[in-house]
Amino acid sequence: MKEFTTLTGIVAPLDASNVDTDQIIPKQFLKRIERTGYGEFLFFDWRLREDGSPNPDFEMNAARYEGASVLLARENFGCGSSREHAPWALDGFGLRCILAPSFADIFFNNCFNNGMLPIALPAATIDELFELVRASEGYELTVDLPEQKITRPDGSTIGFDVDPFRKDCLLKGLDAIGLTLKNESKISAYESNADIPIPAAS
Amino acid sequence: MAQNIYEKIWNAHLVHEEAGQDSLIYIDRHYVHEVTSPQAFEGLRLAGRNVRRPELTFATLDHNIPTTDRSQPISDPMSKKQIDTLTSNCKEFGVALFDMDDARNGIVHVIGPELGLTQPGLTIVCGDSHTSTHGAFGALAFGIGTSEVEHVLATQTLPQREAKTMEIRVEGELKPGITAKDVILAIIGKIGTAGGTGYVIEFTGSVIRDLSMEGRMTVCNMTIEAGARAGLISPDAKTIEYLQGRSYLPEGVSPQSLAKRWSAFASDSGCTYDTLVELNGADIEPQVTWGTSPGMVTGVTGTTPVLADIADHNERLSADKALKYMDLPEGLLMTFIRIDKVFIGSCTNSRIEDLREASRAVKGYDVAPSVKLAMVVPGSQAVKRQAEAEGLDKIFTEAGFEWREAGCSMCLAMNDDRLDPGERCASTSNRNFEGRQGKGGRTHLVSPAMAAAAAVEGHFVDIRDWKYL
Ligand code: SF4
Repeated sequence: MKEFTTLTGIVAPLDASNVDTDQIIPKQFLKRIERTGYGEFLFFDWRLREDGSPNPDFEMNAARYEGASVLLARENFGCGSSREHAPWALDGFGLRCILAPSFADIFFNNCFNNGMLPIALPAATIDELFELVRASEGYELTVDLPEQKITRPDGSTIGFDVDPFRKDCLLKGLDAIGLTLKNESKISAYESNADIPIPAAS
Repeated sequence: MAQNIYEKIWNAHLVHEEAGQDSLIYIDRHYVHEVTSPQAFEGLRLAGRNVRRPELTFATLDHNIPTTDRSQPISDPMSKKQIDTLTSNCKEFGVALFDMDDARNGIVHVIGPELGLTQPGLTIVCGDSHTSTHGAFGALAFGIGTSEVEHVLATQTLPQREAKTMEIRVEGELKPGITAKDVILAIIGKIGTAGGTGYVIEFTGSVIRDLSMEGRMTVCNMTIEAGARAGLISPDAKTIEYLQGRSYLPEGVSPQSLAKRWSAFASDSGCTYDTLVELNGADIEPQVTWGTSPGMVTGVTGTTPVLADIADHNERLSADKALKYMDLPEGLLMTFIRIDKVFIGSCTNSRIEDLREASRAVKGYDVAPSVKLAMVVPGSQAVKRQAEAEGLDKIFTEAGFEWREAGCSMCLAMNDDRLDPGERCASTSNRNFEGRQGKGGRTHLVSPAMAAAAAVEGHFVDIRDWKYL
């Protein structure tokens, strides 16, 4: 898995609540069997017009947000379908950190499993960031995972919470399966002791 | 100490705990489908790993398959490739696959219970958010991402953090015409689409007890739409009765000892939860969604919202955006909304009871001429056979419905079944997100009987006033 330590980047605003994973990456792109190459389909129906040209009404399309690596979003971001194609698409687009008041559970997990950092911040902080991002072109934030703080261009900081275990995995880019397999003997012991109902052979 | 069902299942599946880490829990059943698994199998191959317990892993084709004549080749080469990929992965890794020609094939969340793979007290995962459906049997069942699919394939475990528990108690009695779908939509309307985030919900109360197993599955199915990790209903006599004689129960175990094992997982009286939400069943009306999130819902006698009445700024913006997308004015009576298509199907409402309910409403009527397409897509081939044995297909086709092969179909429109831009649909599925049923399509979520009656009238009607012929 990719590591995540610190990140400095342009912040792109996505001013909508309950953004679902169907929106992040629509179903027609789920037919691919690869893990990469989804970036160009991110927010497909919002970002692009019928003829494939950028939709000027979609705020993130403004030139000033080009190359953004931090996404600023509203509550319950990533709800709906469990598709991991959603974080794959965000990552492929270059967005590695998402700031929102709250996240849907499966999406939140999927981010960590792809070396991405979703950060939940108080709604008032998010409101304020929306204002700042819109007020100054090229607005950048520095996200420091080891220190668990976000630094604004004026040097002021915002602290954030992250689960210590997940933090450790992100910092070291640890492979979750590899970690679990360190406890292989525990799994075997469970399997020999627990009465697991085995489906009849059919 | 009295324990709730979640605590019991959690404790029975703990493989390993270590301070500062997620707990490792054992997974009893892993369901797999074609859309969220290819990258997981590929990951195994790259790492040189095997499927640890193929006998606990079951795959089906459902999301991407045609619902029309299956003897015809699949026209979309990408869909075909995905289907072929799952087929070859299952062969390579020794996983049972219910392919399109298999009599057991169907939507993953319909066939799991049907085959008796889903049982009380089990942990069940699938790379699909509606895995919550299986909670109706008192199994801890939840959706996972593809990395986790690979993790379960390789280790038969998942690192998890213990969730908070919420009891949603629905007491009283439902009024005639009110179904499980209306109950869960009313619940989502009350707690919101993020109301359950971080929680596992147990549904309790007389209304839940009185629901059939099919109805309970509908309720648990849409738990994810309330943001919860999983929904659970404690097993009781109905659960045990439903499972009797199903194909995949463990061999050589008497029905009595299975019943005893299953019943032991029911929540103890006097157990506690972190939160309680209460609803009165008698207050629940037939529900219709008006917006682009399942929480944007009202009773059929209600109206679309009036923006000036919404106090919260962000909520008002969302409602405004949703009304625009749905092309609906403020304050419009729900019964004034005219529809173009009707979809009866999906893992929410495609079981035999749903089809019976819908057919009862259409019997003797014709689909309104203004409705371009009304389709019924059974949840599984077994449901289809059962419905045909009962003559339900005839009732539907005589009324002008199309009777299709089983699959996910227009619930997510990955195959050819979809809305065209601007089309409005009465749908028994679970998500009314923008474009979910086809780019630019507009979805209203309703119960099967409400969808059927809307097909006949061409607009929504209050099913409580329906004249059954
Ligand atoms: S019917 Fe719809 S919600 Fe259910 S599994 Fe299929 S696509 Fe998902």
